[in-house]
Amino acid sequence: MNKIKYIYSFFLISSLLLGQSKNSSDEALRIIKLVDDNMISETQIIESKMIVYGKRKSRTIRSKGFSSGEFKNFTEYLSPEREKGTKMLKLEDRLWIYSPTTDRIIQISGHLLRQSVMGSDLSYEDMMEERKLSLIYNCNIIGSEVLDSRDTWKIELTAKNDDVSYFRRIIWIDKLRYVPLRSDLFAKSGQLLKTTTFSDVKKLGKRWYPTKMNYKDVLKSGKGTDFIILNIDFDKKIPDNYFSKSSLKK
Amino acid sequence: MIKFLLKGILRDKSKSLIPVCVISLGVFITVFMSGFVDGVLSEMISSNANLDTGHLKVMTKPYNENKDQLPNDLALLEIDLLIESLESEYPNLEWVPRIKFGGILDVPDVNGETIIQGPGIGLGLSILGEDKGEIERLSIQKSIVRGLMPENPNEILLSEVFSKKLKINPGDEVTFFGSTMEGSMVFESFVMSGTVMFGNPVLDRSTFIVDLKKTQMILDMENGSSELLAYFKTDFYDDKTALKIESNFNKKYLKSEDEFAPIILSLRNQNDLGATLDLVDSFSFIFISIFVIAMSLVLWNTGLIGGLRRYQEFGIRLALGESKKHVYSLLIVESIIIGFIGSTFGTGLGFILCYYMQETGIDISEALTNSVVIIPSVLKAKVSSNLLYLGYIPGLISIVFGTALAGRGIFKRNTSKLFKELEV
Repeated sequence: MNKIKYIYSFFLISSLLLGQSKNSSDEALRIIKLVDDNMISETQIIESKMIVYGKRKSRTIRSKGFSSGEFKNFTEYLSPEREKGTKMLKLEDRLWIYSPTTDRIIQISGHLLRQSVMGSDLSYEDMMEERKLSLIYNCNIIGSEVLDSRDTWKIELTAKNDDVSYFRRIIWIDKLRYVPLRSDLFAKSGQLLKTTTFSDVKKLGKRWYPTKMNYKDVLKSGKGTDFIILNIDFDKKIPDNYFSKSSLKK
Repeated sequence: MIKFLLKGILRDKSKSLIPVCVISLGVFITVFMSGFVDGVLSEMISSNANLDTGHLKVMTKPYNENKDQLPNDLALLEIDLLIESLESEYPNLEWVPRIKFGGILDVPDVNGETIIQGPGIGLGLSILGEDKGEIERLSIQKSIVRGLMPENPNEILLSEVFSKKLKINPGDEVTFFGSTMEGSMVFESFVMSGTVMFGNPVLDRSTFIVDLKKTQMILDMENGSSELLAYFKTDFYDDKTALKIESNFNKKYLKSEDEFAPIILSLRNQNDLGATLDLVDSFSFIFISIFVIAMSLVLWNTGLIGGLRRYQEFGIRLALGESKKHVYSLLIVESIIIGFIGSTFGTGLGFILCYYMQETGIDISEALTNSVVIIPSVLKAKVSSNLLYLGYIPGLISIVFGTALAGRGIFKRNTSKLFKELEV
């Protein structure tokens, strides 16, 4: 009789735990989808400045970027003089860079995409990643924390496939505004690679959006790289010719 | 007396053949191994010094801590002033700035689009100035496989292996894509004037050489360099002096608050070369010791057998009134002559094989495909005058020692029993 009791208890506890875990991942997925809705739009036109904190001096790089969907992105660098006129085009998983000094278009692929962009803490892969988190990661709520006086969910994201830049992420989501406030990015080995801090969250139309991000490559020393959005337009029509190689040499 | 002993040795082959063969073989191995190991280790040290470490090297402290990442944002600046002060402080050294940098070499098609590309390591060296020191130090001119030396700043040299990987020929255009000292993007088009073979797998994999001034310009490193290498004007590494300079120089900057204060490292304290230097100093002694012990044991045994065979001869000589000491000392003199003959044969053979290995060497480049340390890809022996006398030391010591041990039996002979023994 006792044995039957134990077995019954075991199944009851297991099903409760499984049910709870399923509820947790469903809830996490719902939250991440809301985050995606805030962060990703059909098209985006962003004017930004990137402050790279070097060992000896810091540099500010201004650029204007156009993106459409997950796979099309075009960026033109506006200043400083050395970078002015440099353009980048991303189509699917390919990236081309145009240099006005040599009038050359160079394709970057493979492991070279993991190299730093202009000495910053961002890699080309980071710049190119625009897929919805809810589509490429399995989600699970692992806790709640107060971060910068904001209540947040702490959600763990684990990649569904290997074709992602970071196999695992832990992301802190503002419970009221559904925007990320911090994200820790890990390799498959479990090694922490980068941390991203989101701040200056603003209401832009219907959505909340962080307009300042600090990317910190933990394998590098220093203060990381600030990415500040100066102006952003969502869902504005962008002509198709922006996303062709011919636009690089224009 | 010597003539008499020599006649005895030459006429009675059984007295000398085995010891001469044993000594020749031992001396041959000692001489050859000494020459070979000396050649390999010396080449390893000089390759490291010429290609990477210098006899001494100055870097900033943070650059030294991260040097594997080629962190040019931490490079030395205002090197003109630094070189001037170093030259006045250490007049026996020549100071050479070098820049190491990473990036991609991209080969364009006629429309300027990528055909093929690969990551490479650039070396910014003074190759266009009047001072040809770097060209000679790295044997660049002699190492050219195809094409010519660069004649203007827009021409570069590629390692032969790298050029084949990129499928380009002398005269073809190639674009360097990398970043400046501060991290800005660099795109610079060059013409490959020629290819070189360094004979070192680390450098042969993906190196390209650009003139130093041009490198400083494209990387925004005007009057800066990754490293300042120092070479003794005698061309020979002087470990004691280098260590003294290292200690004095670093003491000055020990408490410096400048984050980018310079640090100097001697060759001994780079690339784990200290152990190699110690080995160079001690390996001759190690070889000689091993062969003296081994050959002494063999020759002791040979001497004992010879002693038994010459038991009657010694008996007669003692019976005729020759003193035991005299018999013993003649035996030693005889062994010295045999040792001299054997050592001469062995040294000659060892010297010839060393010379052959110096000219041809053993190619181990395939085994070093993925090597990350600077090791010569062809192992060569080194013929030096030291080898000529190196063989005589173990050759003579071992036979004298072996004979001295074996000959002790002479003193155990009882004179009163000699005639009885001789009747038998």
